[in-house]
Order: sequence, then C-alpha cells, then structure tokens
Amino acid sequence: MQNACVDVLETLAPCLTTGGLDPGIAQFISILIGVALVALFPLVLVILLIWLERKIAARVQDRLGPNRVGPFGLFQNLADAVKLIIKEDITPAGADRLIFNLAPIIAVVSTTLIWAAIPFSPIHIGADLGIGLLYIVGVSSIGTLSVMMAGWASNNKYALLGSFRVVAQLVSYEIPLVLALLVPVLMTGSMGMQDIVRAQQGMWFIIPGLVSAVIFYISNLAETGRAPFDMIEAESELVAGYNIEYSGMKFGLFMANEFMHAFTANLLFSVIFLGGWAGPLSTQIPFLGFIWLMVKTFIVYIPSLILRATIPRVRIDQMMAFNWKFLVPVAIVNVIVVAFLLQIVKAIGWMPDPGNTDFLAHVPEAIILLAGNVALIAGVVTMLRNSGRRERLAEAAPAANDEHAIVAVH
Amino acid sequence: MSVVNEWAFIGVFMAIAWIFPSLPLVISWLTRPRKANAIKMQTYECGVETVGDTWVQFKVQYYIYGLVFLVFDVELIFLFPWALAYNQLNFFAFGAGLLFIFLLADALIYAWKKNALEWA
Repeated sequence: MQNACVDVLETLAPCLTTGGLDPGIAQFISILIGVALVALFPLVLVILLIWLERKIAARVQDRLGPNRVGPFGLFQNLADAVKLIIKEDITPAGADRLIFNLAPIIAVVSTTLIWAAIPFSPIHIGADLGIGLLYIVGVSSIGTLSVMMAGWASNNKYALLGSFRVVAQLVSYEIPLVLALLVPVLMTGSMGMQDIVRAQQGMWFIIPGLVSAVIFYISNLAETGRAPFDMIEAESELVAGYNIEYSGMKFGLFMANEFMHAFTANLLFSVIFLGGWAGPLSTQIPFLGFIWLMVKTFIVYIPSLILRATIPRVRIDQMMAFNWKFLVPVAIVNVIVVAFLLQIVKAIGWMPDPGNTDFLAHVPEAIILLAGNVALIAGVVTMLRNSGRRERLAEAAPAANDEHAIVAVH
Repeated sequence: MSVVNEWAFIGVFMAIAWIFPSLPLVISWLTRPRKANAIKMQTYECGVETVGDTWVQFKVQYYIYGLVFLVFDVELIFLFPWALAYNQLNFFAFGAGLLFIFLLADALIYAWKKNALEWA
C-alpha cells in the first residue's frame, strides 16, 4: 500500500526522526536502504539460479552437475565468479571502449530496474507506480539497447550480425507481449502492479485470460533469449553472437543477466497471471505473500529450464514468422474477444467488484471468459490444421509425378 | 505516501542500480593481470586477420521489422488508456476502441500482403 520496502523501514523513518534527524533526511535514508535491498536481492539470487539451471540441465542430460564445491555444489558459482573477476580482460583493439564497457552494466541495470515495481507482498513493494506495467515494459526494453551497444562496439562481424538478429527478435516479440498485457489491464482497470495483484485475490487471471497467459509465457521465453528461441546464444553459426569479444567479468555480467532476466520474466508471469502474493493468509501475514510469490515463480521457472534443456532451437526465419504470422494475429483477436466478452458480462451484470476477494463471485465471469478463450484456441487449431492440410496437398500434387515420391508412397 | 515519493524511489533506484553491476568490474580492474600484446588484442575471427570494415551495410529486412515494430508499438501505447478506463466506458467508446484494434489488424494484414514479414 505504501512506499515501504520492508516492515522495518516503515518504522525506520519515524524512528530516525525521533532520534533527532531531519524528517526529509530520515525519509531519504529509509528509501536508500529499501533501494539497496531490492536491487541486491536479484543479484544474490542469481547465484542460486545458475546453480539450479546447471543442476537441472545436468539431470536432463543424465549427468550429476556441479557437486564438488560446497554442499551439493552450491558454491560452484561463487568459485566461477571469483575466477571471472581475476581473469585478464581482453578488449579488442578496434573496439569503442566506452560503449563496450557500458553495455554489460546497462544490461544488468535494465533487469534490476524491473524489480523496483514488483509487489512482493501486500505491503512490500519498491514503488507502487500508477503506470507500473508500462514502466516494467519500458525498462525491460532498455536491455535491447545494451545488446545493440555490445554488438556494435565490439568491432567484430560476428558480434554485429549476432546483435542485429537479437534486436530483431527482441523487438518483434515485444508486440505480442504487450498485447497480452492488455488483457489483465482490461480486467483490472489499472496499470498499478499492486492493483493487478489485488484484483486476483478472488480469481487468478490465468483462468479468464488463458490465451494471453500462454502468449505472454511464449514471448517471455523469446524476450529472455531462452531455448527454443535462443538466437542470442548463436554458438553454432555466429560463434557466440553479440558477446563474442567479451571476456572476464564483463562476459560474466551478460551471463548473470541472462539468468536474472529469465527469472524476472517468470516472476512477472506469476505476478500478472498467477496472483502474485495472493494466497491463504497472505493479507494477514505479509511475509507469507512473499513465500507464495516465490513458490509460484519457481513452479513456472523450473519448466522453462526443462524446456531449455530438451527443445531444439528454431531457425531465425521460422522464429520471426511464428511471431508475426501467428502470435501477433492471435494476440489481436484475443484482445477483441476478451473486450467483447467483458462488455457482455457487464451488460448481464455478472461483473464482480475488482476488490472482491470471494472466489465464487468471480466464477460466472471467469467461466464466460474461459469459454471464449477455449473457443479461440479451438478456432486457431482448426485453422492451422486446415492450412497444414492444404500445404501438404499442394506439396503432394506435383510430387506425384516424381519417381522418388512414388517409391516413398509404396 | 505520495506519488512523488514513488518516483523518488525510482530515481534513487536508477542511481543505485548502476553501482552493484559496476562493483565487480571495478574489483576485476584492480585485481586482473595486464599482459596485453598486439596479437592478443586483434579482432577475433576464424584465424586470419579480419578483412575490411566491420560496420558494414546490413540486410534491409532488419530495418523493415524495425519499422513494423515501431508502428505497432506506438499504436499499442494508445490502446492502454482505453483498456485502463474500460469499465467506465460507454458502448460508443468501446466501439471506437474496437475500431482502433481493427485498424491495427488491418496494418498487420497490409504488411503481410506486402511481404514485409517475409525473411527473404
């Protein structure tokens, strides 16, 4: 509700004021400590995330993963970080030094800034902005800039080509992402992150907004450069893509940012579609809300790790076609369907108050919207099946004269 | 607390957020070995020296994707106020919003038919 980061901070400012400090300065100190906590949390968490990713990828590939340094190999990443820090840093002679050095920092900053507007519990949020959702979309697209900076400043053809592709991908997948975000805004009537979570206390948005949740999840995978959309890590064709000339800790920052961004994207998914901190007793015990949020985030984060370890990559033209010819049209139709159904629900008078925390009050609205979403999915699947069949028939018709095709048929 | 306070938090956050990622770079700058030589600092390629300028002309398709993105992004920003006030809107405003979305769909169909979405 308030601009409080931690309970202690709520009482810290008055406490300092009674200690004889100027109220303005006391306020500033409490903001400063809150900022430090929120900004440090993802950077500390990333050490655990990399360990988790390596362990899960190892299990999928029937390996053990890191298991020597510390219990279960937990300190492996600390050791790796120390190694990266004391490594010699090679900046190519032709590089644009200022931009080259700035790029990894900006990449991490853009991800960290997202955390400023994430509601961790009913009272714990960095800044509950009125346009929180727009702020998050805007801040996260700074990351695209850092990729372009890194690729351009490296003065390397691989890096430049890699960064072009990455920018094309990141920029394209932002359209379905933002279109999918329109649906929660339609249902909440607010762009404040706390308002969006509070509106989900009765019913999580994943049920009435199924299609937009799926679109959001897929385009988030692409935005964070995870497999199967990992054009960012173009090992096989562009050696490494945009970060090829980076070494030492600068490369480490890019890598840490990738994991941090992936987790942040899933955190956003659970805030916007899985109810964030909403859960049993979370309004009474705020800290429990934080635990619910983390549990939900890991429930959607771990499948994304398994996806990364199991699914092969797609080609860039397939990826762009999938975005522009499939995700964007579906997202546009989805917005129209949801807007239309909400209008109907309002006309019937089944629209519950957004602050209503009763599950049953939301059921009629959710059923109508879910039915619309399922109908949309069914329509899309039917269309895809028909167009696929038409393509197969068109392919089969000329191939019938071909000798090999006849052999294949027999 | 006030709206100003929320943005003050963001402002302080933007200043602080630079410090944490810069810190490891500074530590690395203090501790790392410096053994640069001309060959080590060469641009990485396939083993031979790089030929020609790096900042070359690039495929026009990237530019077209950029343009299409720009059109859609700007149009989407206009949709957010509509979505925000959705519950208070009368039927006319609802129709106007739908018309705008249809224009968006129309732009997509146009770009599609003009082969702007083709990775050729």
